[in-house]
Formats: sequence, C-alpha cells, structure tokens
Amino acid sequence: MGRIVLEKVVKRFGETEVIPPLDLTIEEGEFAVFVGPSGCGKSTLLRLIAGLEDATAGKVIIDGEDVTEVSPSKRGLAMVFQSYALYPHMTVRKNIAFPMRMAGMPEDEQERRIAAAAKSLNLTDYLDRKPGQLSGGQRQRVAIGRAIVREPSAFLFDEPLSNLDAALRVGMRLEISEMHKKLKTTMIYVTHDQVEAMTMADRIVVLQAGVIEQVGSPLELYHKPRNRFVAGFIGSPKMNLLEGPAAAELDAHTIGVRPEHISVSTKASKTAWKGTVGVAEHLGSDTFIHIHGVEGCDPMTVRAAGDIAVQHGDTVYLTPDREQIHRFDDQGLRI
Amino acid sequence: MAIVAQNTKFGTYGRPLLAWFIALLFFFPIFWLILTSFKTDADAVKPEFLFFFTPTLDNYLNMTENYNYWRFASNSVITSVFATAVALFVGIPAAYAMAFNPSRHTKDILMWMLSTKMLPAAAVLYPMTFLAKSIGLFDTHFVIIMVLALINLPIVVWMLFTYFKEIPKDIIEAGQMDGVNTWGEIKEILIPLAWGGIASTALLCFIFCWNEAYWTVRLTTTDAATLSKLIEGNRAPEGLFFGRLSAVSAAAVGPIVVLGWFCQKQLVQGLTFGAVK
Repeated sequence: MGRIVLEKVVKRFGETEVIPPLDLTIEEGEFAVFVGPSGCGKSTLLRLIAGLEDATAGKVIIDGEDVTEVSPSKRGLAMVFQSYALYPHMTVRKNIAFPMRMAGMPEDEQERRIAAAAKSLNLTDYLDRKPGQLSGGQRQRVAIGRAIVREPSAFLFDEPLSNLDAALRVGMRLEISEMHKKLKTTMIYVTHDQVEAMTMADRIVVLQAGVIEQVGSPLELYHKPRNRFVAGFIGSPKMNLLEGPAAAELDAHTIGVRPEHISVSTKASKTAWKGTVGVAEHLGSDTFIHIHGVEGCDPMTVRAAGDIAVQHGDTVYLTPDREQIHRFDDQGLRI
Repeated sequence: MAIVAQNTKFGTYGRPLLAWFIALLFFFPIFWLILTSFKTDADAVKPEFLFFFTPTLDNYLNMTENYNYWRFASNSVITSVFATAVALFVGIPAAYAMAFNPSRHTKDILMWMLSTKMLPAAAVLYPMTFLAKSIGLFDTHFVIIMVLALINLPIVVWMLFTYFKEIPKDIIEAGQMDGVNTWGEIKEILIPLAWGGIASTALLCFIFCWNEAYWTVRLTTTDAATLSKLIEGNRAPEGLFFGRLSAVSAAAVGPIVVLGWFCQKQLVQGLTFGAVK
C-alpha cells in the first residue's frame, strides 16, 4: 500500500501561488525524492500530502481514496521532520510508543514493536533517556523509530538530515536507504541536496518555483536533463554551460558539458578551448580545476585525475567529450 | 561592557544597597500594616507608639469572632480558584488556536482583547449591577466567578499565547501526524510542554482575582462577599479603626503574600514573559 496521487493540486498563500496546478503520481513502494532550491515549494508539496497544509484546489489521493479533506492524523502517513520534533517531555520509549498509544494498540504489541525498532536503530540503551540527553543522530533515529512502529502506508521525510554533520549525514543516508529496501514502503523524501537525491532516489522530482521541471530516475536526469535548470542542478560539481560561438557551432543557444566529460592538457591544440588555471582543488581521488578565460563560460570547472600537476596561472587546453555535450535552445529546453 | 560595569564600586556596593533600599521601601506599608494590626485602635494613631507599643491580639480575635472572617476568606478562595479555572479553561484553547493556527486577524483579536482592559470598570457598573440583579445572580459565587474570570481573560490569553508561541510548531505537527486529535494535542503535548507557563499564568490570575475589589465589593452583600468586602466594610461612620482595619487587611493580604513568596520563581517568570527569549 502507499500509492499517492496528486491531481491538479494548487496551493496559494494569500495572493501568492506557491504551487500552480500540479499532477504527480508516486507509485507503491517507491523512494521518491523532491529536490530543488530553497523556496521551490518542495516542503509545501510534502506538507500537502501530509495534510499539514490544505490544498487550495485539486485532490490528494492515497491508495485510491480521496483524502484532500481528511486530517493528517487519519491519513495513515508518518513524517520525520528536519527538527526531529520529538516530544521533549517524554522518554525515548514514550516517544516511540506515542503514535501506537494514540491508536489504542495493546501494550504488549507496543512493547514488541518498540523493542524491534530500538534494536534495528541501535537505541536499546537509550530507551529511558529524554531527547535532550541524546546526540543529533540519535534524536533522528528516535524520530525514525517513531515513524516505523506505526507501519504507515508511506513515510514522509522533510529534510531529515540537514541538521546533522557531514559524516553522520552519509551514515544516516545509507541507513534510510537500507530501511527502504527492507520495508519496501513508499517513501517521499524532501531535500535541497542533489547528492542525497541522486544516491537515495528511485525517482527524483525536480522542482522550481512550484513547477515540476523533470521527473525521472537519477541517471535519466543525469544523462538527459530536460532543460538548463535540471542540467545545472543535478550533478556535482555543476555542469558547465556555455553560450556564444562554441554553442552556435553546434546549432544551439547553450551547450552543457559536465566537468567529468572534459579532458585537460597542457599541450597546445587548435580545436581545444584555452584557459588559465584559477584554483585547483586537490581531493586526492580527483582534482577540481576552476579555469578562467574560456569564452562563454567563466569559470569553467573540470574534473581531472587526482595526481594532475597544474598550478595557479598555468595555461591549459580543454577538450570536451563530443558524445556528452547537452544542447539547449533559447528557451532553455533540451534539443 | 558588562564585565567592566561589574567591577566598578557602584556595581559592588551601590547596586545591592539600592536594591535593598527599594525593596524595603516597597515592603514598608506591609510591615506597617502588620505592626499596626497588633496595636489597639487608640495606640494606632499615636506617633509615639509607632515602633514601641504593647502588642495585643484583640484585633485578630475580634475579627474572627465578630466579623466572620472565615466565611469571607472561604468566599475569596472559592471565587479565586474557580475564576482562575474558568479563565484557563477558556484561555488555553483560545491561546492554542491563535498560537498554532494564526489567521491574518490574530494580532487584531489579541489587541482587541487587551483593549477591553482599557475600558473603565465604572462605565459598565450600572449595566452589570442591574443585569446581575435582574437575573437573580446578585451576591452569588457564580456571578463573581464569571466576572473575575472575564476581566482576567485577556491577560490570561496573552500570557498563554506568549508561552505557546515558544513551543516549536513542528512538535504539534508531529502530534497530528502521530494520530492525535485537537484535544489530544492540548492534553498530551501542549499542557505538559507549557506547564511552567500555565502555572505562572494561573498564579498571577489567582492573585488578581484575590485582590480584586471593584466588582467583588459592588456585586455582593453577604453570601458571596470576599475579603475585599470585609476590608471595605470596616469603614464606620465614626471614622477608621486603624487597629482593626490593619488586622483585617493583614489577614486578607497574608495568604497571597505567603503564596507569592513560595512561588517567586514562577511569578518572576510570569511577569517578565516575552522579555528574554
């Protein structure tokens, strides 16, 4: 269970239309990620599904049932908030038990589920602590535990990892992915971090100003971005977008080349783009070189081997992989 | 800057001295009241007996034997407790609604509520008195409880609103996702989290109810009369009997001063609400 359909959903705050009419279907068992820059309406969309915001128009359908007018408590969804939103006056055990207690579940069943959730989330030793005595990562686990025990038809995650430090974020990302593989329950995950989106999603929904720019699997978005916005948003470092003669040569208004699809050489070449090295970021495995002076794109970022020997001020020649060039028209759409 | 100020002579000696001076200044009337309550009516007005006199308990004995002090006191307790309960019963849901589901009129409603405190009580004295009399509620606990609850409701709602605002909305929303209804949100989440704020609000409301004199004096005669009425009743045509009056006043303010003393922490928190995040 857990097929979620949005039909012509609109959300306005006063005069401002945050989400213009939008259609979207999230299939049962899917891990869908809503990604976009801040203020693009991704959280609002999630809250519309949760029922925490009322849709101005349109329908929210969960498992075939129109729940547009149904209160959040009756939609059978569980949500994990960015701020964790644990009940500070309750112990971990009571926090996790809360939704079951509200549903009037028998106590022995509650205990069984708490024990199971605590075991899988490494919380067994902390059950009698209050949230204030836990670290950020542990709090987030409690929040997830509270969501799991209800066995909801879908999980909603609202930027759940944003408050964690980088190392913990990578760990939790894996845990959530593994949880999805195990539970096979629909998950909708909101993030502004395209790396999270790429690594976790079955399907990514890219949003900008409340409009869906593209829906697709991570690799579809990577290989075939529908427009300039998606091209620039997905991938790290960002795709280089060039305008001017280089684009005109290929009958396009703009062309895009990802940093990993450009080779760098210090040997002069007539066909290559010429530039000067600005900053070279050595990561060990790779080197990100920011190059100035390339016509139509300044700076241009190139991903090179970890041991490349270039320095600030060096002149380099860049050759894009012709197969991997994306072309866009003057509307920004893919050609 | 603050550290520098701490090290000045004024910071070390002047400030505590000033604080003591102000505290004593404020405490003096109460001290004087208690002192006078142990004097005879004759001694009470003589300056030479200001600090040195022969103490007597007559005023207190007289008060409990002849003035029926305990009935007034129990009326004060009943009306203040129930008025506070009514104010909270109405105020908590009202403040909850405005704090967590504000509309664009919420600020206006709050201001309007506060504006009712600006209305001079005397302006509605006659309508209120006639109303109470015509529906047969004059001099009943019910009318006093309702009046006290209503005049304190604005401040109760304001205080609770401020406390509730400090609770992250996410927690309430998490509750909604976890399957609680509105009443459950209030009972399971809001009240436990805002317990300190609710207690300070209740305490302050109770003190205001206890000290209220305008309506309790005018809307009662005997049955529902509170301690304020007892003090007021000690005006006699022959003049003021300061000894007796002081005993009655001391016995009226005594309970609330003691209560205030024990709840200092909550009260300070309540009175400076919103001052520091």
